[in-house]
Amino acid sequence: MTSHSNLQTLWFTLIAVLWIGYFFLEGFDFGVGILLRKLGKDESERQQLIRTIGPFWDGNEVWLLVAGGATFAAFPQWYATMFSSFYLALFAILVALIFRNVAIELRAKTATKRWRNFWDWCIVLGSALPALLWGVAFGDILAGVPVENNEYVGNFLHLLQPYALVAGLTTLALFTLHGAVFLTLRTDDDMADRARRIVKLLAWPTTLLVFAFLTWSYLNANSAENSGIVPPFIPVTALLLVAGVDWLARTKHDGWAFFATGSSIALVTATIFLNLYPRVFVSSLGASHDLTIFNSSSSHYTLGVMSIVALAFLPLVLAYQAWTYWVFRHRVSKSGFGDVSSPIDLLAKKKPPATADSDTT
Amino acid sequence: MNPLDLARWQFGITTVYHFLFVPLTIGLAFMLATMQTIAYLRKDDAFERMTRFFTKLFLINFALGLATGIVQEFQFGMNWSSYSAFVGDVFGAPLAMEGLLAFFLESTFLGLWLFGRDRLSPKLHLTCIWVVSIGTMLSAYFILAANSWMQNPVGYEINQATQRPELKNIFAVLFNKVQLVTFPHIIFASLLTASLVIIGVSAHHLLRKRNVEIFKRAAKMGMVVGFVAALGVAFTGHIQAQVMTQVQPMKMAAAEALWETEQPAGWSLFAVGDVKGKRNEINITIPHMLSVLSTDSWDGKVVGINELQAQYSQQYGPGSYIPVVGVSYWTFRMMVYVGFAMMGYCALGLLLIRLKRLEKTRWFLLLALPVMALPFLGTSLGWIFTEMGRQPWSVFGLFKTAQSVSKSVGSWSVLITLVGFSLIYSGLAITDLVLMRRFARVDPPELDPEGSTAQEPTPAIAY
Repeated sequence: MTSHSNLQTLWFTLIAVLWIGYFFLEGFDFGVGILLRKLGKDESERQQLIRTIGPFWDGNEVWLLVAGGATFAAFPQWYATMFSSFYLALFAILVALIFRNVAIELRAKTATKRWRNFWDWCIVLGSALPALLWGVAFGDILAGVPVENNEYVGNFLHLLQPYALVAGLTTLALFTLHGAVFLTLRTDDDMADRARRIVKLLAWPTTLLVFAFLTWSYLNANSAENSGIVPPFIPVTALLLVAGVDWLARTKHDGWAFFATGSSIALVTATIFLNLYPRVFVSSLGASHDLTIFNSSSSHYTLGVMSIVALAFLPLVLAYQAWTYWVFRHRVSKSGFGDVSSPIDLLAKKKPPATADSDTT
Repeated sequence: MNPLDLARWQFGITTVYHFLFVPLTIGLAFMLATMQTIAYLRKDDAFERMTRFFTKLFLINFALGLATGIVQEFQFGMNWSSYSAFVGDVFGAPLAMEGLLAFFLESTFLGLWLFGRDRLSPKLHLTCIWVVSIGTMLSAYFILAANSWMQNPVGYEINQATQRPELKNIFAVLFNKVQLVTFPHIIFASLLTASLVIIGVSAHHLLRKRNVEIFKRAAKMGMVVGFVAALGVAFTGHIQAQVMTQVQPMKMAAAEALWETEQPAGWSLFAVGDVKGKRNEINITIPHMLSVLSTDSWDGKVVGINELQAQYSQQYGPGSYIPVVGVSYWTFRMMVYVGFAMMGYCALGLLLIRLKRLEKTRWFLLLALPVMALPFLGTSLGWIFTEMGRQPWSVFGLFKTAQSVSKSVGSWSVLITLVGFSLIYSGLAITDLVLMRRFARVDPPELDPEGSTAQEPTPAIAY
């Protein structure tokens, strides 16, 4: 029989994996959303951009829901304290996600230009705000917020500490870059070139932010009494990967660039979780108020049951989600000239921009 | 208002609102899968076009259900953190399972189904929508298991050190006897909802003699499924009431405004009560009916509110253990009446189809449009009844709603989110109605000669 602390560590790891999955996947669809108005010059281009994430985005968002559910089941006190502490910030994220989801589904179903502009901006802001706020939230979790006896005792401004804001800017930049790289892979011709220009534009500023965030985290970790163990190669690799994106984009190694941004996101997230371990929610009022995997977890039986469920089904989920990406691996074209390689291309071909509005009637 | 009241209003509003979309999603996924199966087996273009037509309505609805669903999960931690910390050991498990087993399944395969028509073989494409349907039902199963545990906590033990319940038997939670009757009740209600929406939309087209060949069949399908589902709703509802009489007698007594224990007890048709005086002023009943319904015997005893209050005060300490009787009584009664009205409507529809008079009976088709509102009314009333009837408990007998609220979240914060969600949800409701109405009125998409590739200019989802 596995010991209780092993199961607690397993669930800490699984939750880290779920967040990594969420940031890796929703990261690029946030990025595409953020760049919607920047890259999509006209209606057909915007539709093209949205179609690149069409089959995926809501499956990506489920990673967040499952991360939330897993936290509830495995570490109820963490879930309770974190969600009530970040109350208004989470409200902002929820509002953003609601508008974004609805906008993605409904924008093409409304015919007037004003409505489409409105939905477009919902997508842009609804992607940018969570991309920023998730980073802020994890910055706060790691740096600590005023928590006493499992209850938040600070106010909203405590959440906006400089370190957390840098974390937020880092995720915002990383996700936007990741989305731009994704577009170089999923679109063709002119659109892919323009996306690549955005990649080149963002690559170095993003690298700088990742560097700033990781360095600051390192300094924090060294001064704090309770720090997790982060093998140095993880943050260093995260930095090197994002630093290489500019070169990869210049040499049109788009696939490698996507691997680089995705891995960098994964490793930055891993750094946060490793630094955190075994804490799950740090109190700025002293280590005795910290929530840890030991004082916030469910019972041994619950963790055992959930472990069996997770280990049986998570591989299955990964398999069918990977299969989806394989099925929809083809590029989305604006005009659909040339080879018709996917239904989306086919439909794009049948749909000249002039009749963009006709689909609603 | 204090944070507790605000949080309760918020939970009520967001849950009822979310649940407007859920039954239709569950029901329509099944109906779409059935339509596409018929189209596939019979190579029938009318059913193919019907599938694609209702897909758009399904998607609008799915988008809103998903968007409002995230709020539901987050809300437990945000507004009800004391509850979450208290019950997480038991309650969190079905929630996490819902995500892992159901949400991934439905969202991923929905994407495959929508965009994969030309990339997957017809058989595989058909499988995808069935997987979506199974996913929606699995999701309902797990979330209802969690809710059933709140109605009838089982499979746990109280940890003496923390004074919190700990899970001891997951199967007891997943196969809770409340769950075993609630799940089919909700599934039948979902099928009934989808059926009546399909009937309403079809009636609109039949009245204008447009696309008659498609909508005649859609209406027939709706009537058949709707009638069977209505019977299922009534039957499972009846058993649910019997289980409720055993595990939550107070909820049953409040549903009947049965102040004093009666043997035999009559089923109240209409009552005017004096809640302070703890009695009814007017009560018109069908004698013996409540005894028969809740105990299966002509002279069965049904315990009344006053006796239960006395018993609970002794068991759990002083305080009121009576839910708002007026709300319990009327939501329960209206739910039942609405249910039978829908059953009657579907039965009449089947008769008209049998007489081959459906398309000619204008008043019946006109009636289909307002009837579309009934399932939404019925499911909302059902939820309000089952949740309000459990009060003052959040977990029956274990934890009170007043203890459940987040301690660190102040009135202003809850007020901001309450107003925020209410405004956003109102805006979404209007958008939803406008879009549903528009897409319900258009003609079903044509198929091209090969019958495979959509000739409509955008995919069904129209991104």
